Amino acid sequence: MSETIKNFLYLNRRAPYGTIYAWESLEVVLIGAAFDQDVSLAFLDDGVFQLTKGQDTAAVGMKNFSPTYAALGDYEVKKVYIEKESLEERGLSLDDLQHLTWEDEDDDYAEKDSIHLVTRAEMAAIMDGADVVFSF
Amino acid sequence: MPIEVEGKTFETDEEGYLANINDWEPGVATVMSKEDDLELTDEHWDIINYLREYYEEYQIAPAVRVLTKAVGKKFGKDKGNSKYLYGLFPYGPAKQACRYAGLPKPTGCV
Repeated sequence: MSETIKNFLYLNRRAPYGTIYAWESLEVVLIGAAFDQDVSLAFLDDGVFQLTKGQDTAAVGMKNFSPTYAALGDYEVKKVYIEKESLEERGLSLDDLQHLTWEDEDDDYAEKDSIHLVTRAEMAAIMDGADVVFSF
Repeated sequence: MPIEVEGKTFETDEEGYLANINDWEPGVATVMSKEDDLELTDEHWDIINYLREYYEEYQIAPAVRVLTKAVGKKFGKDKGNSKYLYGLFPYGPAKQACRYAGLPKPTGCV
């Protein structure tokens, strides 16, 4: 294919429920990934709550879509950046978040970590380096 | 249009997908396939059951590309291609197999 593959960065800044942003972002990511683009995700501000373990949405009457993040690896989304300061400001650590992996077909289906913890300064550089940035 | 399975009625949306995934039972797939003049074999059921397992785990129907890769890994490399899947489901794995499995239309499938 002669088409240029662009580097898409999806910023997730909001809490998972209460608004439709988090779910819409995830759907767009899955659709974008199905078209062979280079996709990365960033979670910052309240967006870090989207990946917390043990979500229970029974009381808010919304579908608990947190299991869907684990499918990102199947869609070849291998770069998930979490902002360190955003976690710390909310009293969270990586242990509170889901463990996301992708399988490397060229390395006997070895499971590799998708999540990268980055500082605010590194996050700014990642945004700077993306061809297209979507903010949700 | 609702479908009838052994005297029970199942609601569907305007494209024929089951309205409520939790209502599903194997008879739904059998009745839907008869309407398409298709006889379900063990190979068809492998895919239908796999789609249901995938949905159970991830809460989405997989994209065709994801399904194809996973089928190759689970059922053998010779089956991990769209030719095999379209051979089983001529209307397409998403449109037909997901529908038989009671799943919503896959994300990104227009």
